[in-house]
Amino acid sequence: MSTAMTTTADTVEDLSTVLRMDDLRVSAVGGSEILLGISLELYRGQILGLVGESGSGKTTAGLACMGHYRTGLQHTAGGIELFPRDGDPFYLESLSTEQTRELRGSRVAYIPQDPALSLNPAIRVGEQIREVLDVHAFGKSSAERGARVKEVLEDVGLPGTDEYQRRWPHQLSGGQQQRIGIAMAFAMFPDVLILDEPTTGLDVSTQAHVLDTIRDMTRRHDVASLYITHDLAVVAELADRVAVMLRGELVEEGPAQQVLHRPEHDYTKRLLAAVPDLAGRKDLSAATMRESEAVETQASETQVSEPGEATEASAMESAEPYLLEVTDLAMKFGDNVVLSSIDMTLEPGESTMILGESGSGKTTLSRCITGLVDGYTGSVRYRGEELAKSTRKRTIDHRQEIQYVFQSPFSSLNPRRTIGESLTVPLEMSKRLPRSEHKQTVEEALDAVRLGRSFYDRRPGDLSGGERQRAAIARALVNAPRVLVCDEITSALDVSVQASIVSLLNTLREERGLAILFVTHNITLARHVSGHINVLNKGVIVDRGTVEDVLENPTHEYTKALLSDIPQL
Amino acid sequence: MSENTVVDPSGMHREDQSAELKQSASKPTNIVQRVWAQSEGRIGVILTALIVLLAFLGPLLAPVLTGYSPTAFADRPFQDSGLFGTDDLGRSVASRFLAGGALLVTYSVAATAVGLIVGAAFGMTAAYAGGAVDAVIMRCNDVLLAIPQLVFAMLAIVVLGPQGWVLIMVIGITHAPRIARVSRAATLNVINEDYIRAAEMYAVPRARIIFREIVPNIMGPLSVEAGLRLTYSIGSIASLSFLGLGMQPPTADWGLMINENRIALSIQPWGVILPVVAIAILTIGTNLLADAIARATASTNVEKS
Repeated sequence: MSTAMTTTADTVEDLSTVLRMDDLRVSAVGGSEILLGISLELYRGQILGLVGESGSGKTTAGLACMGHYRTGLQHTAGGIELFPRDGDPFYLESLSTEQTRELRGSRVAYIPQDPALSLNPAIRVGEQIREVLDVHAFGKSSAERGARVKEVLEDVGLPGTDEYQRRWPHQLSGGQQQRIGIAMAFAMFPDVLILDEPTTGLDVSTQAHVLDTIRDMTRRHDVASLYITHDLAVVAELADRVAVMLRGELVEEGPAQQVLHRPEHDYTKRLLAAVPDLAGRKDLSAATMRESEAVETQASETQVSEPGEATEASAMESAEPYLLEVTDLAMKFGDNVVLSSIDMTLEPGESTMILGESGSGKTTLSRCITGLVDGYTGSVRYRGEELAKSTRKRTIDHRQEIQYVFQSPFSSLNPRRTIGESLTVPLEMSKRLPRSEHKQTVEEALDAVRLGRSFYDRRPGDLSGGERQRAAIARALVNAPRVLVCDEITSALDVSVQASIVSLLNTLREERGLAILFVTHNITLARHVSGHINVLNKGVIVDRGTVEDVLENPTHEYTKALLSDIPQL
Repeated sequence: MSENTVVDPSGMHREDQSAELKQSASKPTNIVQRVWAQSEGRIGVILTALIVLLAFLGPLLAPVLTGYSPTAFADRPFQDSGLFGTDDLGRSVASRFLAGGALLVTYSVAATAVGLIVGAAFGMTAAYAGGAVDAVIMRCNDVLLAIPQLVFAMLAIVVLGPQGWVLIMVIGITHAPRIARVSRAATLNVINEDYIRAAEMYAVPRARIIFREIVPNIMGPLSVEAGLRLTYSIGSIASLSFLGLGMQPPTADWGLMINENRIALSIQPWGVILPVVAIAILTIGTNLLADAIARATASTNVEKS
């Protein structure tokens, strides 16, 4: 660790430590250790990016900076020393409960992940910011506090007018809500700012604005920020220094440029290799090979070709109807038009990406195709045959040929039933195979997604997110479908798991000639997943073509804006 | 922070898995252990088991232990001869007490089961079907809820006569609306999960979706409600017996005994005290048990005491 410190010293001229975490250890009550000795320093006017995958203990470390340990966790050793702007340094552990409460929100401020959940929906936004000032008795008079609210709102780029302050949280967009959160955090001129994945729920364009605000506020107010995230690209945009955590340990720390471009630790290298890049230069499957997968040999034997390749083969037999054809599809819920005049096609072995931000109608589109949402107008044809609107009205064959994989692996498998039971359902319903062959077919599907047969009798609660998503994909595969609709299937997963799922999909497409409709908000995955891309904005396809065309020469304003806002490593 | 402390993530992961395999965190069988792990749960189980044993072994043991059958005359009324004296007609209180719990417990459990089945069926159907079906079922439910339970039960018994099945059905049906509300709320939580949508996608018959996908996932709140309703069933049936609308003389029954012997409370209190204490212990026991089940299903980390 000391070597990392000296390297930072010569790159940055003036470093004054604001918070020093010294060999901090936290463990579950009567159980395993969560943090195994973390040492960090936060410097004034700098942002430290703390990255790690889920369960690595980064949030626990962040909350410890505020003297908070979640129920069931206890602080066992080490200390956190704070050097406030005015006054003497002190240790957080030495404070009484009352003093700790006084500290939170004034000296150390916290910005949580979901702005919509963290703002009180029944208090006007101006009052919520003011509440912080009232609690910590800011200034001398009520007028002074009022002026501070206005000032801090203007600081984060929101209007400070009385009209704006009287708004309710629901009248603001997600990005504005998060900026209210930032305003609250900065209201008391804190020394330390803890940001716990504050942009994870936001669209890229909104994220770009919020990141600008955070960077600007940190510099201007000389605050030491700790930015907790799993998104390495965001860290590259924002952080001055980066610390990488792996299962409660700090494996690497140093200036952002050094850690992200010349990583020393194996884990950091692997993490970086798993991050999808827009240029598509990386081989994501290579990143996953290094993980010792259950069926390693099988996976490495399969050569993954370029996603677009299969289209040429199918183009020759152009007389054949398209495998999947969507014409003039439109959908509205009440008066709210979600999709209008969608046309698209899919060929065997082809992978097409539907790209859109939240609210663009991409999930509705994929559910219309699979018949989970009926009541749309227009038609969905499979090999030239028109499909019934609702899945219950479709024929068994139609239903089995088009399979849908859900976004969240945590909700798509029944927690009370074993993986085997869940995976047998499609077989029971299709009645294609005799009952005696069900188990074998399910086991083969489990093998195909590189899970292994031992998962047959296990329940979803025993599985990690990535394993559950593999099981969910296996459920879609048991009936050997032709079309796989993947709705944001990697968005709930860590980057390294995402990389392995993406390489799995490419392998399956290759092995089985599957046509894949990959629905996502993550444009950086485009070159890794798909040959074609459809950009969906407000229910309309605004840009379409091969990935190369769209990414190199975007025709629509929306696509251009989207491309310019992506954080890059 | 040296290199050798870092283990390959997937290698480590598999170690975790093998440990998990032995004791799966998501196996639902753990609920019994989780109830037993709480001191309240243990007390609840012991109290309930005590009275249930007494109620079911009592009728067999009564003639042997006391020397009198529950309906045989032992002495003149309200004497303190024998262990607990005699009742208003001179029968042995001890013998009648031992024999008087079986019907009460059986009827309460049966009434709760009726309420649970009817209520859960309507509640789940309402939540799953939604729309007009939901509205009709739940509004009818509200109408039933507006009628006081005991008044409704008395009315039905006066019309249909004080028979066992009437008692069970009436108490069961008055429980149903409350259970329907609980199961509807629990189902609504489950219904938006993707695994229900996945089953819909595979066109699994709706009845099978209810039994396979929904029922196992609402067993937690439902069993809590069942425990609570059992407590109320015991109280209601004992009350009806006390009012003379439940078990009929000369049957030995705790509720009936309280009514028969209350006039001599000052000279021969045993005929009232024994059944009152037994009913109290039983209701407290089932109530504690219901609470323990609620806590065991609400969270997986049960405080160890």
